[in-house]
Amino acid sequence: MLYSIGKDSTVLLHIARKAFYPARLPFPLLHIDTKWKFRAMIEFRDSVAQRYGLDLRIHTNPDGLRDNINPFDHGGAYTQIMKTDALKQALTQGNYDFAIGGARRDEERSRAKERIFSMRAPGHAWDPKRQRPELWHLYNGQLGPGETLRVFPLSNWTERDVWTYIAAENIDVVPLYFAAIRPTVKRDGQLIVVDDDRMRFEPGEKPVDRMVRFRSLGCYPLSAAVESNATNLEELLAEMADTRMSERAGRLIDQDEGSSMERKKREGYF
Amino acid sequence: MPDSVLRVLTCGSVDDGKSTLIGRLLFECGTIPDDVMAALERDSIRFGTVEGATDYALLVDGLEAEREQGVTIDVAYRFFETPARRFILADTPGHQQYTRNMVTGASTADLAILLIDARKGILPQTRRHAAIASLLGIKQVVLAVNKMDLVNFDQSVFRAIEQDFRNIMPKLRFNRVTGIPLCARDGDNVTTRSPRTPWYQGAPLLNALEIADSTIEESGAFRLPVQYVNRPDHNFRGYAGTIASGRIRPGDSLFNAAAQTEAKVARIVTMDGDLQVAGAGDPVTLVLDREIDISRGDVLAADPQPKPADNLEAWVVWMDETPLFRGRAYLLMLGTSTVVATVTDITTRLDMETLEETTVRELALNEIGRVSISLTHPIICESYETNRDLGGFILIDRLTKGTVGAGMVTASRVRNSDIVWHRLDVDKAARSEMKHQKPAVLWFTGLSGAGKSTIANQVEKRLHALGRHTMILDGDNVRHGLNRDLGFSEADRVENIRRIAEVAKLFVDAGLIVIISFISPYRAERMMARDRVAEDEFLEIFIDTPIDECRRRDPKGLYVKADSGQIRNFTGVDAPYEEPLDPEIRLRTLEGSADDLAEVVVADLRRRGIIG
Repeated sequence: MLYSIGKDSTVLLHIARKAFYPARLPFPLLHIDTKWKFRAMIEFRDSVAQRYGLDLRIHTNPDGLRDNINPFDHGGAYTQIMKTDALKQALTQGNYDFAIGGARRDEERSRAKERIFSMRAPGHAWDPKRQRPELWHLYNGQLGPGETLRVFPLSNWTERDVWTYIAAENIDVVPLYFAAIRPTVKRDGQLIVVDDDRMRFEPGEKPVDRMVRFRSLGCYPLSAAVESNATNLEELLAEMADTRMSERAGRLIDQDEGSSMERKKREGYF
Repeated sequence: MPDSVLRVLTCGSVDDGKSTLIGRLLFECGTIPDDVMAALERDSIRFGTVEGATDYALLVDGLEAEREQGVTIDVAYRFFETPARRFILADTPGHQQYTRNMVTGASTADLAILLIDARKGILPQTRRHAAIASLLGIKQVVLAVNKMDLVNFDQSVFRAIEQDFRNIMPKLRFNRVTGIPLCARDGDNVTTRSPRTPWYQGAPLLNALEIADSTIEESGAFRLPVQYVNRPDHNFRGYAGTIASGRIRPGDSLFNAAAQTEAKVARIVTMDGDLQVAGAGDPVTLVLDREIDISRGDVLAADPQPKPADNLEAWVVWMDETPLFRGRAYLLMLGTSTVVATVTDITTRLDMETLEETTVRELALNEIGRVSISLTHPIICESYETNRDLGGFILIDRLTKGTVGAGMVTASRVRNSDIVWHRLDVDKAARSEMKHQKPAVLWFTGLSGAGKSTIANQVEKRLHALGRHTMILDGDNVRHGLNRDLGFSEADRVENIRRIAEVAKLFVDAGLIVIISFISPYRAERMMARDRVAEDEFLEIFIDTPIDECRRRDPKGLYVKADSGQIRNFTGVDAPYEEPLDPEIRLRTLEGSADDLAEVVVADLRRRGIIG
């Protein structure tokens, strides 16, 4: 199971634990660590793994690490090397045939068309025109040589379903989802939280404390925060009812072109 | 958040304005966030087909290829809600070649919106979509007559279309059909009644969706298709799955119909504590009061007990480029069981123009027909009408692993329940022991002129000389008798091999070493023949001769005729030959004489212990 520490992964893990209860999860968790995640995410990951006795495997692209690939100097190449390539490396090395992930159809246009059991050709590429028909609750898990499957059990959940479920089941999430005073800088209208001393400042730029939270978590220099006063689940659900921005609006990698996510997925992005 | 969920399917012909309607619904329900709306305004200028206006279709036409072509090519899921209800909407393609995607969307839908262009009325495509929706068990339909602005909101146009649809209704199984005149682009009758259709007294579309019935919880007897046997340690053994129908309480008696065993429910286990009752749709883990043999694919059931069946009558929607032929074997997935299935008969095809059934022998891509299916192992199923979860199935190609068909069970039974399989006292082992050999099938495959018959003949002579009991079946010879009625089309070739495989099996039961010499060009049929006998009884022997060499030899002058067009469907010329991927024996005829190669086969039989 791909575990990204975010709210969707958290829900997915919770449901998997319920499905196999009282047994432990019969599969390992894989985290692709770019080394640029928020510190609070890594702390949360390790405490969850310990609490539930999970077989957590962590992979970082060694080539990217060696070449010091980072979000400040390398832009789009950073995502390709530290996320897409790293995932492909880990899946290939681990010989994993099924990778379960928390992607949802409502997140983004090309995801809306992806199957729950989604085929990947050898090399992990996705071909939107060669998807298997998926009927009733029958999922074809048969694999040809070199093929693998990505499985998205939360496909038909919306962002609101995820939060409603987290509230109903009283599930712990990374505290970054709740508003707090955090040091921020504003760039191109987006709020970036300064998470550690690797942050690069523009000339004259100084961190400003603002009351912010995150709707979507990733690498800290690439995840924009939103100003918010929602410090608990109840306030968060109320805020969501009036919000006028989409969830991934804070994800800086998605915006260059309408179809950029589809292109990334064809190349093997989760 | 409203609890009630309605799953809606939208379908219609190309250019009926389906994506526009959905985009409009999302917009009207306030589902479109500001940044997405801003992107839409940008995209409308760049890709939009509505001059100077926001093109709502671009909200839903997600993939690059379809934005370029301006048509929806896949099924996309959208989510929106009103204070009354949440909606999951499957947007499916109009083009005929993507009918399989519509079937996908229809399989889980409660209601179908059939889009009709007011200027064009009911088209063959509309009838096709209505037929699929009906076949897949959708009971409610909204007839959305769109583009009313282009017919000046003329009531008579709308009423005529409604009447046309009513005329085909007797052939469909809908409970409720609601006609609504629309102009999706401008929003007429989408969320509020339009002043431009004062003659229309019904509800606007969104309201009609709010008051539609969502699928009734499966009533009926308790059925739990077992998905997983949960055994973390010796103290716990639970059977996990999602309840397909009925209710269950601790203390209730359950049967495993496949094994004819019975036990009582001891606990209904969940992570949040044991339950006192669970019902259709609930995922549960059941602990029973005693150990009985249960594995994935079994169905735990209360009275009335379902009967295991290995013979199905079903509707099949064919979804693959390669047509469905009688005799070919597939994997069939139903509930949580997966078995090998052979289509034993194709009886009729549903004609989409007339909604009548016509007699056919094969089903092509996007065709729907009635078939008979025979399974290698009995499974627990019910008619699709009774229970979608235990009546719907998919067919999987055993080589490509793709989903090639979807089916709905109409009837099931144990094969020839009147003709009891007679247990005989003298069996295969007894017969072959007497002959001091193990029975086997030596299946020679290869191109015409490759040398199959020559080598097969040499092998049989050697075995005969060694005192072994053999029987040879030769492709050409069999076509003079048993298979005299078959030609060389793909369907007939499939049937040809099916009969040979059955005959080979009978000879194996007689304890013989059976030598088969057939071109047998398709992997699927060779696999099917292999399945007829035990695993170590089948040897695929690939006579590997390059086609140029076969053509040079041309012992029967067939290549000359095929090349000049006198013979059609000739393997290697205008019909395919699928080479074995992993044959037990590969004989390269350019590298040895027929005698040498026959000796290779005999040596291999000795090594495998087939002959002593």
